[in-house]
Amino acid sequence: MCLAIPGKLIETSTDANGVRMGKANFGGIVKQVCLEYTPEVEKGDYVLVHVGFALSKVDEAEAARTYQALERMEQLTELDIPDVADDGAAIEASVSINGKDLTDWTGRTGAPSSRVA
Amino acid sequence: MKYLDEYRDEALARKIVEEIRRIITKPWVLMEVCGGQTHSIVKYGLDRLLPNEIELVHGPGCPVCVTSLEMIDKALAIAQEPDVIFCSFGDMLRVPGSRNDLLILKSRGADVRVVYSPIDCLKIARANPAKKVVFFAIGFETTAPGNAMAVWQANRQGIKNFSILVSHVLVPPAMASILQSPLNRVQGFLGPGHVCTVMGYREYEPIAERYKVPIVITGFEPIDILEGTLMTVRQLEAGKAEVENQYPRVVSRDGNRVAQDLVNKVFEVGDRKWRGVGSIPKSGYKLRYEFHEHDAERLFDVREIDTKEPEIATIVREGDVVLMPQGYHPNVAAPGGSINFLWMMAANREREDRKYGVFNVQPEFAPK
Repeated sequence: MCLAIPGKLIETSTDANGVRMGKANFGGIVKQVCLEYTPEVEKGDYVLVHVGFALSKVDEAEAARTYQALERMEQLTELDIPDVADDGAAIEASVSINGKDLTDWTGRTGAPSSRVA
Repeated sequence: MKYLDEYRDEALARKIVEEIRRIITKPWVLMEVCGGQTHSIVKYGLDRLLPNEIELVHGPGCPVCVTSLEMIDKALAIAQEPDVIFCSFGDMLRVPGSRNDLLILKSRGADVRVVYSPIDCLKIARANPAKKVVFFAIGFETTAPGNAMAVWQANRQGIKNFSILVSHVLVPPAMASILQSPLNRVQGFLGPGHVCTVMGYREYEPIAERYKVPIVITGFEPIDILEGTLMTVRQLEAGKAEVENQYPRVVSRDGNRVAQDLVNKVFEVGDRKWRGVGSIPKSGYKLRYEFHEHDAERLFDVREIDTKEPEIATIVREGDVVLMPQGYHPNVAAPGGSINFLWMMAANREREDRKYGVFNVQPEFAPK
């Protein structure tokens, strides 16, 4: 119960007692959601839901901006530029981080992704 | 779904870890406040990805774990009453009171039901007018709006057979309590993202300032937690102690004002007992008098139940051994945490030599 999870609002309505309700889709699971605390949300919005209550609209623009800022960090920290060895050649970056592998990363097993610098 | 999978991007996670590694110059002790964050850290192995200089201490932010023994005993007393339908979030069923738990009572015939949302209890109450429906209202500020709405609607709709057993806890007093402890080692916090979705983060600013600790309001996805860690380490390395928001896609400085308004109409701040810690002043919510008809503690007269909490309360880390002279042992761990029990009888002179408390096992003797 500790977690709040984002879902996409697929329906809004008012129930028999005048409470604003809706239905949200959480990756295929559809559940009822009380919308009394998020009067601004509409069908199609993403909402953060905790114990059946939408607590916040998930700001898609903000989510995208945060993500882009994080992606930009790749350039800012110049991590993609290879180190240079004594002979002037570029040293290809290792695919492991200090010998730690990522076997428990989102359930994926085996070697880390080749995308990793 | 959109904007969820992105926050689990493995390559990006490695970039952030590399950046932390690049800027860190000394060891730092960070606490993630929420049980949900702890869960992500353990699930994705983030603690093992991070450089060794960072020690993550799991925080008090699991409402199941911090509910006092006394409150569980009250819940058990109410659930045993005839004509009661006792509703709870599923994770409370196995939490032991002094003698048994809700699941044991259910197996003996008590009507104990698991609900997804407190508002579902109103439907149960309407459908069972001859029964008294009680909801076990535990949780932090994140859950308070849901519980407040259930009481508010019951009151508004005249549902008289619905009450709640309130065991609400608040994060800022718990953080202050940790920081005031002479044993405290925490130097920076990953703040509670979903608590702040409701409450905003203004109330964390005086804590950061007073105790000189950075507090970074942090989300729950792996990328969120790694970025929150990076932001905290950046502050620590720069000697700063500010409140920052890593989680702006749902958290604003003011939080959800509509939710806060209803929470404040239904609840007021009061002292609260925490499991294993004891009473912390002004660290919880209780129902306002206007809603006393929905106050299960009053309706079932369980206010006299006063179970003593064990006296030792301290932060334990991986590899620690806890030695206690008497009483019950802690059998609830933070999500992802594991607890093993070891009885130790190793003192030549019992009174002079035996010490109680928390001890760290030397790594070479720790189980692999």
